[in-house]
Amino acid sequence: MNRFALVDCNNFYASCERVFNPKLIGKPIVVLSNNDGCVIARSEEAKNLGIEMGTPAFKSETQFKSLGVEVLSSNYALYGDMSARVMSTMRPHIPGMEVYSIDEAFLVLEEWQGESFARELRATVRQWTGIPVSVGIAPTKTLAKLANRIAKKTPELNGVFDLTAASDSDKVLARVKCADIWGIGKRLAARLACGGILTACDLKHADMAWVRRELGVVGERIARELNGISCLALEEMPPPKKGIASAKSFGRPVEALEELEEALATYTARVAEKLRAGRLLASHLHVFVTTNPFNSEQSQYTAGAHIGLIRPTNGTSDLISSALILLRQIYRPGHQYKKTGVFVGELVADTNLQLSFFDNPKNDIHRRALATAVDQLNKRLGQNTVRYGAMGTTQRWAMRQERKSRRFTTDWNQLPIAKA
Amino acid sequence: MTAKVQAGFPSPADDHMEKSLDLNEHLVSNPAATFFVRVQGDSMKDAGIRGGDVLVVDRSLTASDNQIVVAMLDGDFTVKRLRRNNGCVFLDAENASFPPIEISENQELVIWGVVTFVIHQAR
Repeated sequence: MNRFALVDCNNFYASCERVFNPKLIGKPIVVLSNNDGCVIARSEEAKNLGIEMGTPAFKSETQFKSLGVEVLSSNYALYGDMSARVMSTMRPHIPGMEVYSIDEAFLVLEEWQGESFARELRATVRQWTGIPVSVGIAPTKTLAKLANRIAKKTPELNGVFDLTAASDSDKVLARVKCADIWGIGKRLAARLACGGILTACDLKHADMAWVRRELGVVGERIARELNGISCLALEEMPPPKKGIASAKSFGRPVEALEELEEALATYTARVAEKLRAGRLLASHLHVFVTTNPFNSEQSQYTAGAHIGLIRPTNGTSDLISSALILLRQIYRPGHQYKKTGVFVGELVADTNLQLSFFDNPKNDIHRRALATAVDQLNKRLGQNTVRYGAMGTTQRWAMRQERKSRRFTTDWNQLPIAKA
Repeated sequence: MTAKVQAGFPSPADDHMEKSLDLNEHLVSNPAATFFVRVQGDSMKDAGIRGGDVLVVDRSLTASDNQIVVAMLDGDFTVKRLRRNNGCVFLDAENASFPPIEISENQELVIWGVVTFVIHQAR
């Protein structure tokens, strides 16, 4: 039986901040959106104080102060780098992985990899990166999500829950409300409630024909997944929320940079297409390479790198050139590479892109025309035919980020300080 | 795509081209777990660690006795030599004017990472 694990970083942004600032350990932390607008992330302590997501920062200034809440601007350079570290720590240990968002990944597990493996993996990620994670194990992705939720909400489980080892999984599912099932929003939950279906257990045992009639194929797929029938493969993804990934293993080991470039450019183009199809723009790009961890006779190497895109984009050419720059940074000769891939994150809606002061709306039209033209060229001539080199601009949007921590891992001038 | 090819005698070095050395290969054996940390202060000068130096810190290593570590102490990072002695734990400076720090039983010592290299600017 195939099993999936969902690994989710606990309060990821707050945890990243704590790795480099011990003073924040044990304190309530909130992280603000771009421009210090509202709360987008909270530590456990902040959640326990009843601070809600989306709380406007300027209105709550005095409240935060009186509660002793540490308020931070978002530091995507740091979160992106830490995310890449968490992912590349896990990657060599498992046969397959899908980076689902900046702080979540689905893993495919080997037959022998169960709860104790998950505990070891969790401890390794914690030691190597400082980031605490929770792991849910189940026969399907939907159930793995659900198991992860239980692992997180039940402190006695110490961060790992293996649903396949539960004596009575129906009893577990009966405690999960429909609205908390992956892919079921409030609206679908309300419709299910009309049919008397209130929990994941109810939905699991519901009449499939009825579910299909009421919720369509998507709902039916979720119900099947709750029954342990895997309908979502590792790389197939529901409408993306936080990120899109594309990665594949090679048919044969690859050593030359040129070959890796070709593969990565292809995957990046696919990601760009997916972005455009979803009318989304990416603000973050992450690239990785890895050798085959199961061939013990080969030298092993795994590396990842990421870049924040100054101007969020879904342009194939922009994304490819950034991806290739990153690839050249992490590539080391002399290894037999098994896999490369790309992940874009911090997605924003295409229509919501705020023009910066210097931007001319006409440029956007040109950019789009260019992207389409490049797409077509690349389609015809091969993915890495057209490349742009000049991505290294350092202009940044003038954002309000008054309480931003340093770029501890991406800037030599902002390294953490150790007193001697 | 075409590239211009210079006609003429090939360089005798062409067959021996190798990629230039990358310091990352030398200094960073585990990229996911390796962090760089800047030193402030002189308490470790006899170990060759001066203010302004950059430490290569590997978090995947488990600190053993006598290794130089970055530890969390009173909400700050500190770089010191770890010493275990009869069940007592010390953070030793490498500078006669700084006494060893004894970690008392009710104090929690968190080792953040093990220092593997020191990068010191020579001029």
